[in-house]
Amino acid sequence: MSENILKIRDLSVNYHTDRGKLKALRHVNLDIPKGSIVGVVGESGCGKSTLITSIIRQLDDNADIPNGLIEFEKQDLLKLSQDNMRNISGTKISIVFQNPMSTLNPVISIGRQMIDIQYRDKISKKTKKQRSIDMLTKVGIPDPHIQFNQYPHELSGGMQQRVSIAMALQAGPSLLIADEPTTALDATLEVQILKLLKELQEEMGCSILFVSHHLGVIAELCDHVVVMYAGQVVEQGSTYEIFNKPAHPYTIKLLECDPASISQKQRLLPSIPGEIPDLTNLSGGCIFKNRCDQSIDRCDQYTPILKEFDNTHFVSCHLTEL
Amino acid sequence: MSKLLSIKNLRVRFRTKSSFQAMINKIEDPYIDAVRQVSLEIKEGETFALVGESGSGKSTLALATAGLLNAEEGQIKFMNEDVTTMTSSQIMAYRKKISYIWQDSIGSLSPRMSVGSLITEAYKIHNLKDRDLKMEADRLLKLVGLPTNIKERYAHELSGGQARRVGVARAIALNPKLIIADEPTAGLDVSVQGEILNLLNKLRDDLGVSLFVITHNLNIVRHISDRTAVMYLGRFVEQGQTDDIFAKPRHPYTLALLSANLTPYQETSLKNKIELTGEVPSLMDRPNGCEFHTRCPFSSKHCDDEFPPVHTFNGQQILTCHYPLK
Repeated sequence: MSENILKIRDLSVNYHTDRGKLKALRHVNLDIPKGSIVGVVGESGCGKSTLITSIIRQLDDNADIPNGLIEFEKQDLLKLSQDNMRNISGTKISIVFQNPMSTLNPVISIGRQMIDIQYRDKISKKTKKQRSIDMLTKVGIPDPHIQFNQYPHELSGGMQQRVSIAMALQAGPSLLIADEPTTALDATLEVQILKLLKELQEEMGCSILFVSHHLGVIAELCDHVVVMYAGQVVEQGSTYEIFNKPAHPYTIKLLECDPASISQKQRLLPSIPGEIPDLTNLSGGCIFKNRCDQSIDRCDQYTPILKEFDNTHFVSCHLTEL
Repeated sequence: MSKLLSIKNLRVRFRTKSSFQAMINKIEDPYIDAVRQVSLEIKEGETFALVGESGSGKSTLALATAGLLNAEEGQIKFMNEDVTTMTSSQIMAYRKKISYIWQDSIGSLSPRMSVGSLITEAYKIHNLKDRDLKMEADRLLKLVGLPTNIKERYAHELSGGQARRVGVARAIALNPKLIIADEPTAGLDVSVQGEILNLLNKLRDDLGVSLFVITHNLNIVRHISDRTAVMYLGRFVEQGQTDDIFAKPRHPYTLALLSANLTPYQETSLKNKIELTGEVPSLMDRPNGCEFHTRCPFSSKHCDDEFPPVHTFNGQQILTCHYPLK
């Protein structure tokens, strides 16, 4: 077992809202082994974004972290001072966001932005420019010398996303966080970007935390998958285990709902009835009990914890313990 | 089944430069064709799906069909009436027979109106005074599977799935013959997506409406539509029975789209995948010859120069390509 680049233990995040305390994340554990791609899947409101923003310490002011540990290269990120955190994010941890158009500054040329983010390095502007152009070449941008002086709106969505990947990887981070990087792109471009990410990851040897709600994308790219539901990790394991031997009722239902999984044409598509529980007013027991059709008495009373199911496969469900 | 909508050689264009700018820059043709030479037919009670990437002209085609954009050339016939030559009062009557489900479900609902008045707005617009609006609202909400007490709520108080259902309720208010649904599941979670599609299917069966669905999600197309057309740079590159297209895509672009449809499941994934390189060309600068040749892995010299001919397979699968896939 290789060592973990990122280790999250028992992380909880609360938001203080008008309706009371919203428990956005509850006791999340997550490991990212060195050099691997870990995917986080979940539907809207499951806490994917909260997880990312707590890793880079960019949570909103109304959030607090009552307990937890985020260990990155042997340091607890939660205990670092703001200055030390600034030194880590952007150099050792970087992030690619969903919408490239809002990541890039529309009134500054791409080249200038790429030089600006190298403000920490005490090297000449010429070297910085050369480095940026090399990076643009690496992410497959044609004529990088010309594109270097262009503005974001002059590039297509796919090219913009390539530029944001180039910027994120420029400092040679050891962890890249990708927050739905292909959602805003078309299918044929999506495949190209995923291929690029995989190639660059192999070349540069960084780890990737890949967040998406698209099951197909996760299966294509990731080595390990973490399934989240309503602020909790309900299942985690290798990509093969999650997609071929799902054990948590939510994962099983989620996979069944994906129209891609149904090989025979059918008019009536499956769905998961019910809604995500209100996170400001949680009752005890299993988080999925109100939508689960196999729930038993124990599910109402005790909250299941994430337990080893099969070697690298972890599930939090009472049914698997029977 | 009889024909409901038939479109022949439709062309929709947008101006890119004002006539003055065009004159001083010596641009002869300051227009782009968003939709070019599109022909299609939708039969009664049928679901027709339109797939393609962004910028391929899907929404433009739908807007022109609804009479919201003017056609430059071609014919749009709805129940044997030509939509392109209608007067404004005829258009008003036409709009009772077609309706639209907008892509941005929450954005398409006025934030200042309650759900109840939103779904009965059509009766006021079309001056149908004999209806009891309260009863109609209850009836529509029941049809789309929403609780009737939701009437008092406003758009921002709805979840994505609920807003989508309100959009559907608005669309069926006047008992239309055709519903145009622009990305009906965009932005919805997988677990909710099924419910909305089942609802649309159920309404199609119960009310006998035809559906014109625009989407880029191929997985849902396979399950809900009878016929499918694939659009690229404003043209139909392939159209035919959905089952045929999925079983045997004959245009390289269709094959590429199906290949790009990532799935974690072995049994539904495609055997011979192809991958495209490059980006969609600009509409301002359409490639010569076959418009797909710049990205096509099978293209030859022939494709660069000459516009491809139309092939028809089994009388149903129509495509434009020099070398259709076997």
